[in-house]
Amino acid sequence: MALIPVTKDKNQEVPSDNRLYGFLERNEVILIDGWMRDMRNSLTRREDLISEKDLRKESTNFVRLLREGIQSGNFQDIEKPEWTDVRSMLTDLSQSRAEAGFSPSETVMFIFSFKQPLYQELRKEFEKDPETLASEFRNVITILDRFVLFVSEAYQKTRDAIISRQQQELLELSTPVVQLWEGILALPMIGTLDSARTQTAMEALLQQIVETGSQIAIIDITGVPTVDTLVAQHLIKTVTAARLMGADCIISGIRPQIAATIVHLGLDLGNVTTKANLADAFVVALQRTGKKLSSNVEAA
Amino acid sequence: MPVIKREALPIQNETDIVKVRQVVRNWSVEFRFGLVDQTKLITAASEIARNTFYYGKGGSLQMEALQENSRVGLRLIFEDHGPGIPNIELAMTDGYTSGTGLGMGLPGAKRLSNEFEISSKVGEGTRVTITKWKGH
Amino acid sequence: MDRIPILRLGNILLVTIQIDMHDRLAMALQEDLTEQIVKVQAKGVLIDISALDIIDSFMGRMFASVAAMSRVLDARTVVVGMQPAVAITLVELGMSLPGIQTALNIDQGLALLEKFQAKGGQSRARYQA
Repeated sequence: MALIPVTKDKNQEVPSDNRLYGFLERNEVILIDGWMRDMRNSLTRREDLISEKDLRKESTNFVRLLREGIQSGNFQDIEKPEWTDVRSMLTDLSQSRAEAGFSPSETVMFIFSFKQPLYQELRKEFEKDPETLASEFRNVITILDRFVLFVSEAYQKTRDAIISRQQQELLELSTPVVQLWEGILALPMIGTLDSARTQTAMEALLQQIVETGSQIAIIDITGVPTVDTLVAQHLIKTVTAARLMGADCIISGIRPQIAATIVHLGLDLGNVTTKANLADAFVVALQRTGKKLSSNVEAA
Repeated sequence: MPVIKREALPIQNETDIVKVRQVVRNWSVEFRFGLVDQTKLITAASEIARNTFYYGKGGSLQMEALQENSRVGLRLIFEDHGPGIPNIELAMTDGYTSGTGLGMGLPGAKRLSNEFEISSKVGEGTRVTITKWKGH
Repeated sequence: MDRIPILRLGNILLVTIQIDMHDRLAMALQEDLTEQIVKVQAKGVLIDISALDIIDSFMGRMFASVAAMSRVLDARTVVVGMQPAVAITLVELGMSLPGIQTALNIDQGLALLEKFQAKGGQSRARYQA
């Protein structure tokens, strides 16, 4: 094992990286046994989500990779190449924990719970030499703490991606376009609308217009308490797009507050037909798509 | 910002405008942009490519795929060594038409992109850069 | 250069655009349509764009020209099958396709053309884009 040049611990002659390396190598089994035991006894063990065997594999892997990285004597900067393997392993671990449904603290406990067995064995090893014990422990705790933060962030990134994906799926599921009659669709919107939700709903509506060949789409906002500029603009853009395609929209259920907002924002609904409620809009839609084409098809 | 993919395309004849659309389409499919975002990007690219060819007398497109944390984006850099645009502000207003009777599709392209940059010098040429981020 | 084929259904011309047209091809189509309208005394032109995944300002102007030209020649043009993503993009682009009638599909397009003919060419179109 080659000696890698390192900043010497000022009280010692032997660079600390080799000492720790040796210590970890010699005590691997004891350390892992102690670690596994502590994890088993803690509330964050989650035996339902990971087996003893797998957990032991991960722990062993971590200790070995930690050992390799420690050789460099770099206990501060985990971004350096000597710690790439550990970062890689912990990234995979955080991702799989996040996806399996572990909580943030359950995930982070993996490294946290290593500290106690580590200290116990270090104490035995450097019983006669408290100064060495202190400095070695300080070194290893520093690097472990850096990794705890790292795991926490990697976990968070995965959680964010999962939530994002779930939100999108939910958005898509919660925009029901209903066929009221042949050639007439309705999109009842309920609750507070945000830009993303409105956009998804509008795209779904236009898609349904094409797929069903429906010439009229009723956008019902009876169940929407307020509307902001962005949402109102999306609605207007959707009506314009539907017309470009060869269909038309009726907006129903505009509450007084929303009407006020629209006027206040200076938005122009143009010649979009609006009706007080879905039923009235349906009547108009039936008139417009009626087989008997009357010469005056203006809305009542 | 890390560029994870790069490609250069010439815009020297009319069929190159179609090629630009095809390549932009392929890239936006490869990087899994949503359908509406794809359409907006291809349309914007078509507008600017057309500008580069007809007004700029030919030029090139440099395409880059960018990755910043978890954001993925496509950047299109159109460059020509044509006459340049004397009044950029005017060119960026809707309804402005250059001498050839072609409306310059620049304001439209800007609306379809997330980021838009234009620099031009009379007698030297024009560069237009648009960027579209996935999910925006 | 391959030209886009124009089919004839009675006194209606039908064009299906299935490829990404380069500019010269688009212009050739415009010329061919004008020629055919006169030749067969067509009353209607149906352009099926359901396979088009984009319409930029050039194509938009081409459709507008065809519509204007056919109107002068006493025929009506209906563009059918515009895809949602295309419509959304056109709205964002600020293009309104003036003078162009649209319908969701060929059946509805034909019905629209019939309506125009029944009214003797007077425009009472409900869905003017």
